[in-house]
Amino acid sequence: MAARAQKFFSTTKKGENFELKAELNSEYKEKRKEAVKKVIANMTIGKDVSSLFADVVKNMQTEDLELKKLVYLYLINYARTQPELVILAVNTFVKDTDDVNPLIRALAIRTMGLLRVERIVDYLLEPLKKGLRDEDPYVRKTAALCVAKLFDLSPAIAMDNGLVAIVQEMLSDRNPMVIANAVAALAEISGASVKKDVFVVNNTILTKLLAAINECTEWGQICILNSLATYRPNDAREAREIVERVMPRLQHANASVVMNAVKVLMVYLNYVNDEDTTKQIIRKLAPPLVTLLSSEPELQYVALRNINLILQKRPDVLNQEMRVFFTKYNDPPYVKYEKLEVIIKLASDKNVDQVLSELKEYANEVDVDFVRKSVRAIGRCAVKIDSAAEKCINVLLDLIKTKVNYVVQEAIIVIKDIFRKYPQRYEGIIPALCENLDTLDEPEAKASLIWIIGEYADRIENADELLEHFLEGFKDENALVQLQLVSAAVKLFLKKPGSAQEIVQRVLNMATQQNDNPDIRDRAYIYWRLLSSNPQAAKAVVLAEKPPIEADTATVSESLLDELIQNIATLASVYHKSPSLLGGTAVDVSAVRGETTLEMDAEEPEVDARSVAQQVNAAVGGGIENLLDLDFGGPITTATPTSGGAGLTPQKSNIDDLLGLMDSGPGPSTPPYGTPTASGGFGGFNFGSSLGGGSGPSFSFPKTSLLTSADAQGLELQGTFSRKNGQPYLELTFGNRSGAPMSDFAIQFNVNSFGVAPAAALQVPSPLGPGATVDVSLPLNTSGGVQRMEPVNLLQIAVKNNVGVYYFSISIPIHVLFGNDGGAGAFGSRWGDFALSSQQFTIQGLGGVQDLAGKLRRNGVVVAQQPNPTTFQVTAQTINGEFVVAELNISSGSGVAVTAKAKNADLIPLFQQSLEGILRS
Amino acid sequence: MSFFHVRHENIYLVGVTKVNANAGLVFEFLYKVVNLGRSYFGRFDEEAVKNNFTLIYELLDEICDFGFPQNTESETLKLFITTEGVKSEKNSKDEGSKIAIQATGAVAWRRPDIKYRKNEAFIDVIESVNLLMSAKGTVLRADVSGSILMRAYLSGMPECKFGLNDRVLLEKEGKIGSSPAGRKAPGAVELDDCQFHQCVKLASFDSNRTINFIPPDGEFELMKYRTTENINLPFRVHAVANEVSKTTVEFKVAVRSQFASKVYAQNVVIKIPVPTNTSGAKIVVTAGRAKYVGSENCLVWKIARFQGQAEYLFSAEAELTSTTVKKAWSRPPISMDFQVLMFTASGLMVRFLKIFEKSNYPSVKWVRYMTKAGTYQIRF
Repeated sequence: MAARAQKFFSTTKKGENFELKAELNSEYKEKRKEAVKKVIANMTIGKDVSSLFADVVKNMQTEDLELKKLVYLYLINYARTQPELVILAVNTFVKDTDDVNPLIRALAIRTMGLLRVERIVDYLLEPLKKGLRDEDPYVRKTAALCVAKLFDLSPAIAMDNGLVAIVQEMLSDRNPMVIANAVAALAEISGASVKKDVFVVNNTILTKLLAAINECTEWGQICILNSLATYRPNDAREAREIVERVMPRLQHANASVVMNAVKVLMVYLNYVNDEDTTKQIIRKLAPPLVTLLSSEPELQYVALRNINLILQKRPDVLNQEMRVFFTKYNDPPYVKYEKLEVIIKLASDKNVDQVLSELKEYANEVDVDFVRKSVRAIGRCAVKIDSAAEKCINVLLDLIKTKVNYVVQEAIIVIKDIFRKYPQRYEGIIPALCENLDTLDEPEAKASLIWIIGEYADRIENADELLEHFLEGFKDENALVQLQLVSAAVKLFLKKPGSAQEIVQRVLNMATQQNDNPDIRDRAYIYWRLLSSNPQAAKAVVLAEKPPIEADTATVSESLLDELIQNIATLASVYHKSPSLLGGTAVDVSAVRGETTLEMDAEEPEVDARSVAQQVNAAVGGGIENLLDLDFGGPITTATPTSGGAGLTPQKSNIDDLLGLMDSGPGPSTPPYGTPTASGGFGGFNFGSSLGGGSGPSFSFPKTSLLTSADAQGLELQGTFSRKNGQPYLELTFGNRSGAPMSDFAIQFNVNSFGVAPAAALQVPSPLGPGATVDVSLPLNTSGGVQRMEPVNLLQIAVKNNVGVYYFSISIPIHVLFGNDGGAGAFGSRWGDFALSSQQFTIQGLGGVQDLAGKLRRNGVVVAQQPNPTTFQVTAQTINGEFVVAELNISSGSGVAVTAKAKNADLIPLFQQSLEGILRS
Repeated sequence: MSFFHVRHENIYLVGVTKVNANAGLVFEFLYKVVNLGRSYFGRFDEEAVKNNFTLIYELLDEICDFGFPQNTESETLKLFITTEGVKSEKNSKDEGSKIAIQATGAVAWRRPDIKYRKNEAFIDVIESVNLLMSAKGTVLRADVSGSILMRAYLSGMPECKFGLNDRVLLEKEGKIGSSPAGRKAPGAVELDDCQFHQCVKLASFDSNRTINFIPPDGEFELMKYRTTENINLPFRVHAVANEVSKTTVEFKVAVRSQFASKVYAQNVVIKIPVPTNTSGAKIVVTAGRAKYVGSENCLVWKIARFQGQAEYLFSAEAELTSTTVKKAWSRPPISMDFQVLMFTASGLMVRFLKIFEKSNYPSVKWVRYMTKAGTYQIRF
């Protein structure tokens, strides 16, 4: 065989295709087979043998399975180049799908699916349908995948002919491998389809999948685990059941099965809510993760990249296992680097000694890159663990003593970071650093040392000499070094004006007159002007306090992290990039969302908007999740009566709602809600009743003092927030307590959690005479910059007038941000969503609650359902889509017991605060 | 577009994807292809690929459909994809169906109609012991990764039950009482983690720690395990290196075997790294042979047979050529290679292997143990 096959690659004669043609038409079977093999060999090494298409296809009709497979192989390769000739082969294919031998039936179906020529789709349909219902499981499992192939080629045909529906039925097949392939096919189709509703795991399917997982092949298990990872369990109990069934997979010899089982468990950790189960899962996760480190290096790498993510999500998973991440001398570099990352993640004040002695050991290895990373890791440990900083510094000093050039340079670079993090603590080591001045040849190391010299110029006696040393070669230095030299010289001058005058002159001269780099020139000019016009200002600018640096141990942002956990073991988790950046997705998060669609009573548009918003949000990296969420489900559903109980007739609730809208008059913002046809009949009546005193203004906290005349040079400012017509306002009272008139008022908001910003310019009558007081109402919107604040509802505001700028901060009560529609239609699904944070509290001493519904509504809290006279189920949603759902129980006439739930737990205390104010109003 | 590759011998196996594929699966699959190749051709290299290209096409077609791995068990595949290419012609309807059932069945790894005159099962427990010891002699990391290989020559569909001295199991069975098991006594071994061939019923292991399976025919890896508790290190090494002058480094190494004296280790190799500018070395050893190997920058000391409870010494003086670059010598760790027969570093023992089959035939079982070095490194 060996000798025979060898020559297939070695023929180089001219007119080879011609010869092959003759051979393919030979009357001897053996000769024809040899010829087909030669053709395939030529095809393999990239020669064009497409001209032999017709002659090869002639050999398709044969009893010899091997020959048949070879011809099929040829067809798969060249079908797309010769679509019109493929028809020649179709008859044989169709005949083969009726063969008595199931292997041949399956082979024909498999191959036809791979031809990717639209023209044959018509011929494929019938045999494929038959194949899906074939008595033989081998044919069925092949046909299931073929539907996915067909869908890829022509989605419409696959859907319209009911093929997908048959595959859905196959999830209940007797044979586990058929189930596995049906799952694979459906997941593939679902991922590629727009609606993502092709593959929805429900209770019945779940049971089938859990049963099949014990019996199918390792690859089938992976498919099933993948689909389990996208399933959302109904409650914690179900989640626990699934976890118990998945747990044994951690013992599988196939590393990929293990990783996918880990994925399922990581996802389900979000759903089990009792401590014991959580602990049990975490305990079970550690050993298999460690075992993955004894697989092949490529798999180790995939595992390590995932462990990195898992540790960010659950830092306690591997805290006993630090040692296994110590690198082996012969690990490939990519594995070593990743282990290093994990070591830093696991480093804590308890094990830092061990970590440091290990890292020191690495710093002596031969691989320069690895050594550098190890030295850098020591610095990262110092920045991460306060108590270890001193030890880290000592290790770094030891390393500097080795005099190995790149070790010294890297050490100096990280020491700079440590100085940044712990200023004024370790300057005692500066002399040791300066000894190595001459060995530095890399820009970053030089720049770091120069930065240190500049920063501690007043503590280093010979700082001027040291800088002088670098100045000699100023012109030839890298821009990075030059920039640092300019800054350091200025710092030196500001700290020791006497001795450094000459140096700073020289540096600025060189940087401005003999330098082509605009960055350096600009910086030098600015310094120069600052120094000559206002040295005090120069000091404030150059020696300003620097923002603290943080340990860089978080690999990815929180929102991306959740997405990646959902995608453990996939490429996305290896790249640490969102799956959406990788083209088509194997496990698409939106596929998960597709499931929620059904749970949410088919409010499809809402869910779509939500997922879009979330993606945008992820892209922006906003502080609070879901800021851009648009809830389209609301307007119509709010008006829909949800419960007829408690004397609230459907009609009444309808009116209530419209009243809510009309409260402050039908402004231009109402049309989307109250189209003439919808509200026409009630319009006048509603309005009238609103005038009749049925509804009062919304609740506001009393104004508080924001600025006193003492701290704002005579300006006195009080303020609070209110809502009118569903829009938030900032109510301000300006008082001029100074002797002179004030003018030129303006206001600006700092970025905040909700993006609250003025919707219009501040209108203060100008000038505001001495002793005068004026009330101003500033409309707000949420179009501003977003950044998470602590506490969440803190706003930082600046007010300016002709005298100066004044800063103050104020907490915004959450209810002024509530939109008029609270998303009442979504109440049921939200209330049932146990992924939400939940909290209970009681509001006491109300002394009887009257017109509860009215009060709530006026403040943007919508009563969704009222199961009995004393229970109110309410929902509220901020303008930017954060929502709170709650159940209010009027217990004994004086108190209200509240259970509130929100996606963002921080909202609940704010909601409590507002609710208390509302109820007491 | 993403590419995954693994290298085996002189060939690269590459996986390509345009989507967010399952990276773990792809690598695992590529290694599976390597194993299949080895199982089919003995050696899987460029020669084998060239000589068997049609067969490889056939295999790839069968094990991966539209990017989804299918059955990759060589036992099953060999039924209908053969190097001979003759058998396939005779595929009648019946045989085809049989193969099809086999390829999709719950026991996809075994043919039903296997017959042996003598029913035998061989079990090899092979442990790799990994060690990283600091210069001061403290153990930085020690673990054992073991693998239990089975060669089953059994007729019919035998159901096997397999037992180890696994602590969790023994405690469950009440076999060990209150006294804590000593490390050398026939006590129990604590396994950190174990992984099984797909024939093992994982659910029953999870619930009651029993290992039940219907084995594939021939050789396979039944389980892999890992342990870090109570490891019996086969060798202790004590090493000192003194850079006495710019041109000489002195080495003193003592190696002591810690296993029972009636057991012995074979093919013991100890590699002691020397500075790169070494020109030669004078070596004295009390056993085996040692020499300087320039290409590896090592003094290599080989001892063919190392009795238990023995200690051998090594002393050497390496001569260095004087160099202009003054760079500190990084001192890579000393590494060791060895095999110790009838010894397990973890203390693991096979307690029983029970075989049940319909025809109730008698069967013979053999067990062997071996411990070899994984990465056994000692810093100095």
